[in-house]
Amino acid sequence: MQTNFSSEQLADPNTASSNQVLRTCVHCGFCTATCPTFVLLGDELDSPRGRIYLIKDMLESGRPATEEVVRHVDRCLSCLACMTTCPSGVNYMHLVDHAREYIENTYTRPWHERMLRNVLQLVLPRPALFRMAVLGARVARPVRRLIPRGSVLGDRVHAMLDLAPARLPPSSDMQSPQVHKAEGTRRGRVALLAGCAQTVLAPSINEATIRLLTRLGIEVVIARGVGCCGALTHHMGRHDPAMASARANIAGWTREIEGDGLDAILVNTSGCGTTVKDYGFMFRSEPAEWAMQAERVSALAMDISEYLATLDYVPTREAPGLRVAYHAACSLQHGQRVLTQPKALLRRAGFTVVEPLEGHLCCGSAGTYNLVQPEIAGRLRERKLANIAATKPDLIAAGNIGCITQLSGGVPVIHTVELLDWMAGGPAPVGLPAAVAVPA
Amino acid sequence: MIAQPPPKADIIARRPEIIAGLRALVPASGLISEELRLKPYETDGLPAYRQIPLAVVLPETTEQVAAVLAFCHKNGVRVVPRGAGTSLSGGALPMADSVVIGLMRMNRILDIDYGDRCATVQAGVTNIGITNAVSAEGFFYAPDPSSQLACMIGGNVGMNSGGAHCLKYGVTANNLLGLKIVTMEGDVLDIGGAHLDAAGYDWLGLMTGSEGMLAMVTEVTVRILRAPEGARAMLVAFDANETAGRAVDAIIGSGIIPVALEFMDRPAIHACEAFAHAGYPLDAEALLIIEVEGSVAEQDDLLGRIAALCEPFHPISLRVSQSAEESIAIWKGRKGAFGAVGRISPDYLCMDGTIPTGQLPFVLRRIGEMSDAYGLKVANIFHAGDGNLHPLIMFDANLAGNFEHAEAFGADILKLCVEVGGCLTGEHGVGVEKRELMRVQFTDIELDQQRRIKSAFDPDWLLNPSKVFPLVDMPVTAMPGTAMPVAA
Ligand SMILES: Cc1cc2nc3c(=O)[nH]c(=O)nc-3n(C[C@H](O)[C@H](O)[C@H](O)COP(=O)(O)OP(=O)(O)OC[C@H]3O[C@@H](n4cnc5c(N)ncnc54)[C@H](O)[C@@H]3O)c2cc1C
Ligand code: SF4
Ligand code: SF4
Repeated sequence: MQTNFSSEQLADPNTASSNQVLRTCVHCGFCTATCPTFVLLGDELDSPRGRIYLIKDMLESGRPATEEVVRHVDRCLSCLACMTTCPSGVNYMHLVDHAREYIENTYTRPWHERMLRNVLQLVLPRPALFRMAVLGARVARPVRRLIPRGSVLGDRVHAMLDLAPARLPPSSDMQSPQVHKAEGTRRGRVALLAGCAQTVLAPSINEATIRLLTRLGIEVVIARGVGCCGALTHHMGRHDPAMASARANIAGWTREIEGDGLDAILVNTSGCGTTVKDYGFMFRSEPAEWAMQAERVSALAMDISEYLATLDYVPTREAPGLRVAYHAACSLQHGQRVLTQPKALLRRAGFTVVEPLEGHLCCGSAGTYNLVQPEIAGRLRERKLANIAATKPDLIAAGNIGCITQLSGGVPVIHTVELLDWMAGGPAPVGLPAAVAVPA
Repeated sequence: MIAQPPPKADIIARRPEIIAGLRALVPASGLISEELRLKPYETDGLPAYRQIPLAVVLPETTEQVAAVLAFCHKNGVRVVPRGAGTSLSGGALPMADSVVIGLMRMNRILDIDYGDRCATVQAGVTNIGITNAVSAEGFFYAPDPSSQLACMIGGNVGMNSGGAHCLKYGVTANNLLGLKIVTMEGDVLDIGGAHLDAAGYDWLGLMTGSEGMLAMVTEVTVRILRAPEGARAMLVAFDANETAGRAVDAIIGSGIIPVALEFMDRPAIHACEAFAHAGYPLDAEALLIIEVEGSVAEQDDLLGRIAALCEPFHPISLRVSQSAEESIAIWKGRKGAFGAVGRISPDYLCMDGTIPTGQLPFVLRRIGEMSDAYGLKVANIFHAGDGNLHPLIMFDANLAGNFEHAEAFGADILKLCVEVGGCLTGEHGVGVEKRELMRVQFTDIELDQQRRIKSAFDPDWLLNPSKVFPLVDMPVTAMPGTAMPVAA
């Protein structure tokens, strides 16, 4: 597509990269059809092609972002279905990341939005604070009837209270910095990103991952200094805190890479995986040393299912005869294009895997989307659950804590690694109803 | 660049009043009037042409469409219908004084009758959406434009769209049973129905391919077909475009009708392989994708006969798809072909002419020569079986004059198509892109007859009036309105 940037504008590396993205788009419109917001709202402005056009105009004009543009960019889930669909290879992710940063720098949001974003930025990446907030939400739950719905603010408070789990599992020591030795002969050495919110909401995911890997002869390092991947602030357009999180992680993993060495950096929250795999791009114009280290970290980053597929995983329990609906998290299927491995592993573990219709559509979780856009997120959740229900599953398997939280409430939703660990000798996953947990 | 007729000054002056009037007719989120938000509606699948409209409305029901049209009629406001906006000829290009009526919110399947093999859907249902709705029962909707994922059935009717599998199943017109249309006055009419042959004039025939100039379509009843027992694709590679062209001629000349017979040249093969990883032969100059249907025995027989027909042209490789996944990848690549060219060129102009298949070798050679003369690269991707060419002229819109140069090259290709006994458009419509070339194909008398039909439906020329007919030198006839658009 034609673009109209001055040479001064193109001197900015972000604009130069966005110009490349825009030039690759041929405006064919294929992407509109698989975009969840276009499917729901039926407006070009809420489609990838429309957003690309709005962003193009905003960046070319150099004007501060306006409410009209922000509204439509904010509605984007960053699910990246558009990137899977695009025949031309348009990197929408990099374009929308730039747009969000541009908006953050040039647009003043209403006070309640700013407050919400500040709170999310402060709380979610910090496990201790997050734990307190969830407990606080539990306390607040009984008084929620006092908060009126119908206003933007009221609806968001409700969304938060609805999402906060009724009880929290106890915290787990396995997730703190340490080295988990391989059982038997060591066949590999990996780092595991323990994550932030996930360590509080479901420590069982990291525990299962560590058990499964060490049992397969892999040494697992939880590296010192590594914390939140930075995706949360990155998707809010907050460049500095996102870079600070990424920098801390790169430093932590680099010490391991240059020390005892790493075969891979594993991520079991696919939303974070997409971001870690993008560190190389995020650091492209940083000093050479950082750029190189970031590149190296991204090259080593793998989703847990990608890595497990390279090992010889064999179940030790008898096949439980359970129908598992595989829910493909957007960050896995679109962001990282990891499509077959989770399903193949679940089948190998002895489950009957079924795939719901409209598997390409987001469930509405999308990081903090369900908190900031509860209405659209709710409609996507209903649609997803209806498609899943049609497959009559006993369980839902997913590789991302966000989706697990979003879809929970009915049929049990369990992380893929927990199911794999269970079948290889681990404990039955929490959340599995006793009636289902048959095999001994 | 093809000129747009000048906007009506009085309409522009009354913009606030018109927008206020529209606001009362559709839900709040269905009216777009701020300039920033109108911008993404300024173009369609032909982004070289752009014009911000007066307003966009997104109705949700036939009644709302009728109300908006009646309002525009009363106020003399021009209207441009829009589906998914994937037109490659600028069919959905707005005018400065026009209201764009987008039907993408009308995306419901209304009725499926497997006994009568028909489905009724709203105009904003995507082409693939119809097949998806009936595939669980073993049915499909046959016309399959490459854009089928996104383009909408209302747009398909507007352009009489075709696709790879139309060689066997025919284009939109051959699969259409009924329409609900709304006239410019706002009257709602049902034409055709669940039966093939209705009494009276062939209104369906008239509406199909009318490019949104006669009425707006809000519901469509189509024929659905039982999916074939099986299908298999074969890839046959050649060392020259012309040789592949001769092989196509030999296959069609033998009387065999495969379900699809598609052609791609070297640049296209490479771009599509990068997108779809279908295992296309990267050493080939030209590739034919040939698909046959039926029982396994029928498939084997047909593929064997086609392979034998290709033999004299010394194919450099011949591969039969071994699995459903492989066939999916092969078609994913072909259907994403235009977009995939975006990987090798920032912009392209997609031509759409039709020629007798016997002329393929000659026309392909001439396109190659013209490409050298113009200094612009071409990727050839097309429905070879029915002689429908889609040369994609690659250019760089950021270079001044490059687009005009590409347009001149494109016009030469289309003139060549007409010279060898073909026509200007296969399936993408005339739109704004080929408007001025209509005179290459039709005499003034023929054009005038066609304009009279438009005038009969839309005497004031309010419905998508800047498309299809050349603006200047327009013969004035007794019919009112036929002298409407005159460029400055
Ligand atoms: C990458 C790519 C590949 C393509 N491949 C093919 C192909 O293989 N075969 C093919 O035939 N075409 C193809 N096309 C062209 C295009 O997809 C078709 O013309 C399609 O039918 C347009 O549908 P749409 O919904 O996008 O309509 P639009 O582009 O929005 O509109 C098309 C025309 O129909 C009119 N219109 C739209 N909706 C209505 C309505 N409800 N009532 C009345 N008039 C209406 C518009 O005014 C306009 O004139 C391709 C396009 C692209 C971008
Ligand atoms: S599919 Fe790709 S090239 Fe086509 S409009 Fe969308 S982003 Fe642009
Ligand atoms: S990332 Fe998802 S929501 Fe955003 S434009 Fe792409 S498909 Fe739509």
